[in-house]
Amino acid sequence: MDMKFLEIFNGKKIAISSRWLDAMIASYPNDNSGFLMNQKDRFANPVGYTFTTGIEGIIEVLVKGEDFSESVSFLEDIIKVRAIQDFTPAKAMAFVFQLKTIVREELGKEIRQNQIYDGLLDFESKIDDLALTAFDIYVKYREQIYELRTDELKRMTFSLLKKANLMSEIPDQEVEHKDQK
Amino acid sequence: MKVLFSFLAVILLILVATMGAFITNLHYVFGIIIPYLAFAMFVGGFIYRVVKWGRSPVPFRIPTTIGQQKSLPWIKQNKIENPTSALGVIVRMAMEVLFFRSLFRNTKTELREGQNGPELSYGSAKWLWLGSLFFHWSFLIIIIRHLRFFLEPIPFAVQILESVDGMLQIGLPAIYLTDVFILVAVTYLFLRRIIVPQVKYISLPADFFPLFMLMSIAISGILMRYFYKVDLVAVKQLAIGLATFQPVLPTGIGPMFFIHIFLVSILFAYFPMSKLMHMGGIFMSPTRNMISNNRMVRHINPWNPEVEVHTYAQYEDEFREKMKKAGIPVEKE
Amino acid sequence: MAPKVKLPKPEELAKIEFKTPATDWMDTPVEFKPGTFCWGSKEKDLLTLGLPNPRQWSPADEDWKVPEGWETTILEGMAERLSKYRSFKIFMDICVRCGACADKCHFYIATGDPKNMPVLRAELIRSVYKKYFTKSGKFLGRLAGARELDMDVLKEWWSYFFQCTECRRCSVFCPYGIDQAEVTIIGRELLNLVGLNIDWISGPVANCYMKGNHLGLEPHAIAGNIESMVDDIEDITGIRVNPTFNRKGAEILFVTPSGDLLGEPGIQTCMGYLMLFHELGLDYTWSTYASEGGNFGFFTSNDMAKRLNYKIYAEAKRLGVKYIIGGECGHMWRVLNQYMDTWHGPADFLEVPVSPITGTVFENAKSTKMIHISEFTADLIKHNKLNLDPTRNDHLKVTFHDSCNPSRGMGLLDEPREIIKAVCNNFYEMPENTIREKTFCCGAGSGLNASENMEQRMRGGFPRANAVKYVQEKHGVNMLANICAVDRAHFPALMDYWNPGVGVTGVTELLANALVMKGEKERTTNLRFEDLPGKGGNE
Repeated sequence: MDMKFLEIFNGKKIAISSRWLDAMIASYPNDNSGFLMNQKDRFANPVGYTFTTGIEGIIEVLVKGEDFSESVSFLEDIIKVRAIQDFTPAKAMAFVFQLKTIVREELGKEIRQNQIYDGLLDFESKIDDLALTAFDIYVKYREQIYELRTDELKRMTFSLLKKANLMSEIPDQEVEHKDQK
Repeated sequence: MKVLFSFLAVILLILVATMGAFITNLHYVFGIIIPYLAFAMFVGGFIYRVVKWGRSPVPFRIPTTIGQQKSLPWIKQNKIENPTSALGVIVRMAMEVLFFRSLFRNTKTELREGQNGPELSYGSAKWLWLGSLFFHWSFLIIIIRHLRFFLEPIPFAVQILESVDGMLQIGLPAIYLTDVFILVAVTYLFLRRIIVPQVKYISLPADFFPLFMLMSIAISGILMRYFYKVDLVAVKQLAIGLATFQPVLPTGIGPMFFIHIFLVSILFAYFPMSKLMHMGGIFMSPTRNMISNNRMVRHINPWNPEVEVHTYAQYEDEFREKMKKAGIPVEKE
Repeated sequence: MAPKVKLPKPEELAKIEFKTPATDWMDTPVEFKPGTFCWGSKEKDLLTLGLPNPRQWSPADEDWKVPEGWETTILEGMAERLSKYRSFKIFMDICVRCGACADKCHFYIATGDPKNMPVLRAELIRSVYKKYFTKSGKFLGRLAGARELDMDVLKEWWSYFFQCTECRRCSVFCPYGIDQAEVTIIGRELLNLVGLNIDWISGPVANCYMKGNHLGLEPHAIAGNIESMVDDIEDITGIRVNPTFNRKGAEILFVTPSGDLLGEPGIQTCMGYLMLFHELGLDYTWSTYASEGGNFGFFTSNDMAKRLNYKIYAEAKRLGVKYIIGGECGHMWRVLNQYMDTWHGPADFLEVPVSPITGTVFENAKSTKMIHISEFTADLIKHNKLNLDPTRNDHLKVTFHDSCNPSRGMGLLDEPREIIKAVCNNFYEMPENTIREKTFCCGAGSGLNASENMEQRMRGGFPRANAVKYVQEKHGVNMLANICAVDRAHFPALMDYWNPGVGVTGVTELLANALVMKGEKERTTNLRFEDLPGKGGNE
C-alpha cells in the first residue's frame, strides 16, 4: 500500500478507531443510557469490550497490510454479538462500510494535498474484502442460531431414539472394517 | 425538562418563603403554624406509612444470601451476609444502614484492559457510595447539631459533636465541615443525575425535587450563619417555644431564618409521601432484615392459602396399569 | 405493478438509526421481534390448570384477546398483592433510582436496552402503582412518574417480565435490597390473571401437575429411562446398579429435576447419582409421582408453585421415608429452601437428616428435612468415604458456574467447589465479579429456556459466556461445571455459540467419573462413552 497513505492513516489511527466505535454504538437506538459506550470493565460490559478490542484489532491488521486472515477473528467477535441483537442484516453489517466514510472524512484533506487517491482506493478495496468476509461470518452465525435449536432437540431426544432402537451409532470397529476393504 | 420542573417548583417555594419573611404579619404563620403543621405531617405521615407497610405481612422468608450458607461444620459460613442468628442480622442491617454495605459492593477492584495489558482499577460506583455516605452522615450530624436550639442546657454530646464539626476553626463563626460536605455531596448527587446517562434516563422530577430542596435548605442555613445573620437568641427562644408547645414569636429574628424554616418545613411535610421514606423502608426490607435459617426454622405465612392439588391417588388412578406393567408398586391393585 | 423500492445505502440506513431521538422510556413502546420472545401459553394447558382466560393467542398478534375489564382484574390483583406482600409494597415505595442496580443485569449488559435495567423494569409496574395507589401519582401524574394502565403497558410488562430470569443479582447491589425477582414474580402473577404466560412455562407446569414432572414423562417412561442409564452404567463399569421406584419404607426419597432424566448432559449427571448411591449402598427410592424437583409453577404464581411443590412432602409421607435428598437444580433450591416449609410444613413426619455413611447430622435442614446432594457429597468426601481417582478427569480443565438461586437464595457456594476440587486436578475460577454471590445468570432461567427465543438466550448468557471465555483463553478451560438442570440444558448451546470447545457437565457427573466403585472393571470410557485419556479405549 501507498507509504504516504499509511503514514497519514497511522497518524489518525486513534481518531478513526474512536469514530468507528461511536458509529457502531450509535446503531443501538436503545442505548439511551450510554452504558455500552462508557462502562470500560470487560466483564461488566462485554459488548462494549468486544467492539473496542475488535475495532482496534481490525484496524491494526488493515494497517499492517499483508495477511488479512488475522482480522477474521476480530471480525467474528463483533459480528457474533451483532448477529443475536435486533438488527436487520443490513443494519448489522453497516458498520464495515461506515469505516469508508470515516476514513474519507478524517483523511480527506491530506489525501487531496498529497494526491494519494490510489492509496485510498487500495485501502477501500481492503474494506470491500472485509465486508465480503463479514457477510460470510454473519450468515454463518445466523445459521448457527438455527443449528443450535436442532442440536438442542437432538440432545433432548437422542437417548430416547437410541432406546427405541430407532437410531444407533455405528461402532468404530465396523467403520475400520469397511475402510480396510 | 424534569430538572427544570423541579427547579422551578423549588424557586417558587423560595419566593413564597421570601414573601413570608418580609411581611411581618405572616411571621406567626411561617414561624409557628407551618412548622407545627409540617412536623405533624411528618410524624403522622411517617407513622402512617410504616404502619401501612407493617400491615402487609411477610409471607415468605426471602433474604438475599450474599455469602456462604451455614451447612457443614468445616465450611466457613458468612455469618453476616447469610445470617442464621439475630445478631448476624443486626450486624448486617447496621452495616447496611450505617455504612451502605451494598453500595460499597460496587467498589471492588476490577481488571481492565489497559494500554499495556490488564490493569487494576476501581469501579465508578465507589463515588456513589462515598457521595451517599457523606451526604447522609452530614445530614444526620447537622440535624443533631440543631438540637442546641431546642434544648437548654445543650447536651454535652451535642457540644462535642459541634466542636468536632467545627474543628478546622476557619473563619468566624467557625465553618462546619458538614456544611461543606453536604453541599458538595448534594451537588455530586445532582450532577450524576444529569451527567451519567443511565441515571439521567431513569430520573424523575421526584428525584430532582428533594435534591434542590436540600440544596436550598443548606444554602439558606449557611447564608444565615455567615452572611445574613439572624438573632440567635431569638431563634432559640422560638425553637424552645416550639419544642415545649408554648410558642412565642420574638421580634427581629431576621428574614433569612423564615426562608430557612419554611423550606425545612416543606421538606418534612413532603418526606412521608416521597421516596425519602427509604429511611424507614430500609429497616423493613425482607431481603435484608430476615434471618436466613429457612431450613432450620419454619416461617409462617399468615394467609397460607388452600390450593388445589393433584393427589397421589388421582395420579395412580390414571397410571395404574402402566405402573403395574413397569413393575412399579401401586396402592390399589 | 409493484412499487419501485429504492433501497437505501447501508450508510443511510444506519444513519437513520443514529438520529433516533432518545425518547423517554414511557414514550418508547415495546416491539416484538421473532427470536426475542417466547410463544404464548396454550389454551389446553391453562384449561388443565384451571387458569384464567384460556385461548389460542400469539404475542406477535395485535389482539392478545384479554378479557373485557382486564384493567380492573389487574388493579384488583395489585391491591390484593400489596396487602399480602410487604416486600412488594416496600419495593414499590422506597426505590430512590440511584442506579446502582442498572448495570448489574445480564440482559441489560447484553442489549443496552434501558428497560432491562432492574430499576426501570420495576418502574414499569411502579408507574402504574403510583397512578392508582398513591396520592402524589394521582395528582401529579407523569411528574411523579405515574402513568395509566393500558394495553401497551400490559404488553410491555409481558415482554420485560419474561426477559427477567429472577436471578436476584440486582438485589445484591441495591442499598435497600430491592429484589427485582420479587417484582417480576408479582408481575407475572398479575399477567397470569388475564391469561398471559409463555408456552415454555405453562406447558411444563401442566405436565408437572398431571404427570409429576415438567417433561410429562409417565411412570413407565421414567423407569424406562433410568433403566437404560443402568444399562449404560453396566457397560462402562461392569456394575449393575439397582434403583427402586415408589418403594415404601426406604430411608431416603431422592428428588431431582426431570431434566436429568432426558437429554444430554443431564442424563450423565443422573447416572452419577445412581452410581454414587449404589456405591454407598444407600437405602433410597425414586418417585414417579414426585418426579420433579424443579418448579415452573414458581414462574407462574406462588399459588401455582405451591400446587406443584405439594407432591414432594406428600410423597415422602406416603412412602414413609426419613428424609429427602434433592438433586442438582437451581430455582428448585430457592423454592425448597425459602418456600416449601412455609407452604407445606411442618414436616414432622420426617426426621432430621443424618448421613448413614458418616453420621453427620444436617442441623441446617432440621426443619425442612431436605438436603442438597452437594452437601451430602461434600460431607462424604471430607470424611474420606469415597475412593476417588481424579486423574480420570485430567483431560478436563474445569470452571464452575454458580447458579443464581443456590447462590443468592441459599448460599450454597463452597460445597460444590469442595467436590470439584476432590475429583478434578484442574480447576480454575472465573473472575471474581462473575462468580459466587455475584454470579451471572446463564440467561435462560425462570422458564426462558425455550428454543424460539434462541437469540434472546444467546444475549442473556453473553456476560456469563464472556467470563468463561476469559478462563478459556487464560487457562485453557474446556469444561463448565454446574449444579443446575437448566444450565445443563442451556449451556451447551451457549457455549457452542460463544465459546466453542467448552463442554458442560453436572458436578455429580464429574464425581462419578472419578469414583472408583467396588468391584468395577477397568474403565476405558467416561459416562459419555468417550475414551478416557491413557486408558486405551475401544481398541
